[in-house]
Amino acid sequence: MANSFHIVVCASIVPDPLQTLEPITGPTGPGLKSEMNLPAVLDPWAACALYEAASLATKHPGSKVWLVSMGPKAKLQQVMMTVAQKVPFELVAVDGPIGGFTDAHATAAVLAETIAAIPGLDREHLLLFGGWESASRGAGVTMQIIGERLEITDQFQGVDQITINNDGSFTILERVEGGKHQVSTCAGTPALLGWATGELPEPRNNPQVGMANMRGVMPALQKAKSAKLDANGLSYVSVSLPKQRRETRLVKDMPEDEIAREIVQWIAE
Amino acid sequence: MGSSSVSQVGAMLTLPGDAVRQIQWRFADRFDLQMLVQSTRSVARGQVARMVASGERNTHEWTPAKDEMMRAFDRAGITAAFMEPEEGGFIAGPKNLAMALIAFELAWVDGGAATASLASCLALAPIHERGTAEQSAHYMSLAAPPQDEDRPPKRGAFALTEPIPYVGVDTGLLSGRIRISEWKEGEEPILQVEKRGRFITNIAGASFVTAAVDSDDERIKGSCIVILEETDEGTFDRGTPTKKLVHQLSSTGDPIFSLKVPASRIVGGYTVKDGVIVPTYNHSEIIEAVFRRTRIGVGLMTSAKLLSAIEPVIRYQRGRFRGAEAIKEGSLRYELGIQQREDALQRLVDVWATGEAGTALGFTTARLYDELDPLEKQKTALLAERGIQGGRSEMKALRESETRALELLTGNPTEERRAELEADPLVNYVMKDAVANVICPATKLWNTGYGATMMREAVSLMGGYGITEDCPGFLANKWMDAQLEATYEGPEAVQRRQLTITMTNELFLTQFRGWIKEMRRIASERPGTGACTLATAMTMWLWTLKYTQESKDADGNKLYQGPRQGVTFALADALSWLMAARCQILDVQELEARGGDDPAVAEGLPATLQFLSDLCHVQSARAAGEVSRICAELVYGYNRHPAWDAEQHKTCFMSDELFDCAIVAQPPCAGCAGSADFLKLQNKLATCLTGSRLAKDRAAITVSKVMIPEALDYPA
Repeated sequence: MANSFHIVVCASIVPDPLQTLEPITGPTGPGLKSEMNLPAVLDPWAACALYEAASLATKHPGSKVWLVSMGPKAKLQQVMMTVAQKVPFELVAVDGPIGGFTDAHATAAVLAETIAAIPGLDREHLLLFGGWESASRGAGVTMQIIGERLEITDQFQGVDQITINNDGSFTILERVEGGKHQVSTCAGTPALLGWATGELPEPRNNPQVGMANMRGVMPALQKAKSAKLDANGLSYVSVSLPKQRRETRLVKDMPEDEIAREIVQWIAE
Repeated sequence: MGSSSVSQVGAMLTLPGDAVRQIQWRFADRFDLQMLVQSTRSVARGQVARMVASGERNTHEWTPAKDEMMRAFDRAGITAAFMEPEEGGFIAGPKNLAMALIAFELAWVDGGAATASLASCLALAPIHERGTAEQSAHYMSLAAPPQDEDRPPKRGAFALTEPIPYVGVDTGLLSGRIRISEWKEGEEPILQVEKRGRFITNIAGASFVTAAVDSDDERIKGSCIVILEETDEGTFDRGTPTKKLVHQLSSTGDPIFSLKVPASRIVGGYTVKDGVIVPTYNHSEIIEAVFRRTRIGVGLMTSAKLLSAIEPVIRYQRGRFRGAEAIKEGSLRYELGIQQREDALQRLVDVWATGEAGTALGFTTARLYDELDPLEKQKTALLAERGIQGGRSEMKALRESETRALELLTGNPTEERRAELEADPLVNYVMKDAVANVICPATKLWNTGYGATMMREAVSLMGGYGITEDCPGFLANKWMDAQLEATYEGPEAVQRRQLTITMTNELFLTQFRGWIKEMRRIASERPGTGACTLATAMTMWLWTLKYTQESKDADGNKLYQGPRQGVTFALADALSWLMAARCQILDVQELEARGGDDPAVAEGLPATLQFLSDLCHVQSARAAGEVSRICAELVYGYNRHPAWDAEQHKTCFMSDELFDCAIVAQPPCAGCAGSADFLKLQNKLATCLTGSRLAKDRAAITVSKVMIPEALDYPA
């Protein structure tokens, strides 16, 4: 089993970004209007992590991918109908609240506990993947805390690429300021990688893969443990969507150089 | 549900999502189908939508992009959905609901794409339904996209229709011919096949063709369907592409075949009797088995278009005035646009209700065939054990089962006898078959025919934008496409003719009477669903059928008889309206029963049920009105109008009666002796419409409030 990995991908589900999202404040705090009714998708950042994990597992025989996801069981099941067709994995489901307004510490505690309890997980060969950001309210600390709780201290954020070396070490590209990447080399597993977009396209749906995954997904959903997250004193003063900004000009026959110059100038502003 | 007002339960929050639809259409516990839906949707709203948006429909030719679409179907599991797992598929058991869902999802974006996906299955269907085990295993495996091999899957085309003079209108007459080319002692006969096709779908990429041909040789008995391959000796000419104005993403052409094939290619095999090749099945027996299944998908394609139009129309209506200098953000005109006006909302309610009814009817039919398929196999096996195979002997044998079925439905059997009858697979088969023979042509006829009319309404709701290429949701394309869907795989007249025969089957009518009771029960529990209206309209239809079967016209000619299509076809139309509205109500009942168990549906369930029930009420009222009109014309229309003389005045309404009715006319006016029962029914039906317009008002309010996504999820 040279260079084979046990890859655990943490991924939440979020409302489909095309939907109309309207923040409301309910008895338990902020949320989105009709959130349970809205179609959900796997968090796009975490989805990139999943595709990278599956690709890595394919290149390194003997590797295995687990997808650890917390959300209402019914919504998780809906999302799995698409996600399970993408790549092979074993689902570990936690029946928990939906939405991006939970306390990151409480969420991380539940997820770390769940990961630690995965039967047969080899923590020496563990790569813990997740999204660097989130399409819901990105707390920006959840993955880090999970890593700390699992005593994984080699952590990388904003990852776009991992290259496994023959000696078991790996080279990682992390996003840094100015559109550049920082190159790091890690001696070996265990490690935590918070992925940016990675380099892989979204795999096509393949029902054959889906049917194979579903043999494990449905039982996993049935036996998903219920998790109650403590607020830990967290409260929100106000919640709002980012403001949309649209400044459109119609210009005919503009030369490409001119277009490029304007874009650069706009970015610089 | 039903009788509450919007203010009591609130307006439906979002458009009904997958979780709601899975319950309504009964595949909430089928994750294989749920995955298939997602997979098909990604191709439809991705690659197919991009092709339509970039003008790929503007050519009749088969292009690389269209070919790539077929490969996308392969990759997404759409092609393999028709196959058994051992043949390379992934869905075990009957696949009518699976194929229906594929057609629905693809037609949501483009009907031609849906047709292209169904056409390969149509070519395989004769082999699947009636082929020998060897034929089935061979061709189904070849057509399944390979998992590990590096070869493209074989695609097929079904060649039935022929050039003029027949042009496929009467599929009982074939010009395609088959004769024995060579028959050596102890060897397989070699056949010469001559076939010219017309409007043959999928021909551009077809590697094999299932062709209907008739004997041109006294050593071959009757007609059959034969499998042709592009590598066979002779001519396999795909012909010229048909210049269709619609469905351009599917290939259609007029091929010419002149080929030598072994006799083992006769679908279903053959026997040799006294030196004559006798095909196991003639072509009619095979196409009957094929079309009764494939027509379901076509019906659903038009209904998908109607439901797909809702979101773009709402978005257009709400945003109609935004951007104008004088329309300030926050004003009523800015927020609601055209939706300030009742007419715009109520017309969209009509479109939506029709889409719901058609979809309910189509998926009900697909599920019924999923139940029927294993029963049909069981029936064939049981009869074969008794030495009965097809034809009249089978009909005779099943007659006994029909009697037993009627005993179960109308008699008062003891508990023991009831259990015995219910456990009889042949009784089960004939009961379901009687309904299937009606509901399938009703789906094809009503969904596509009336669906095309309502698609025009949807286009009109977009104003001038509706008939441009830029119209979101490709509504103008969908309107045109709907017309083809009403025509192919058996045009409307063919469906009406079939209904004319099957809807008078006593076993069907007995079950229909049971449905009336079922609607009455629902009406008593859920008065706002329109079930009461529908039950009365169903009673009126039944009364009128009996009346026309027993009555004569003014010239003494029987009213209900085969050639008198003015009577029979009209009753077929009326029945189709009723079938659709009934299925719609039952779908909402299912949602009410099971929706609470699904947390993703439970939130806002009362409001969703209220809205969908209101749509049922609207549709039932519309169906009842249509049935009332048709039946009244049939009951009264064949009496000769009285002359205005003293003798004939006896049967007329006189001026004081007319004034009582507040009718402004010159007296006298024709009445109809002996139709008091009908008038009572019509009177009852009129009162049954109580509340239907209030339901429409409520539904319209919801349409103005329901949350829609920020943008359409496919390019336009």
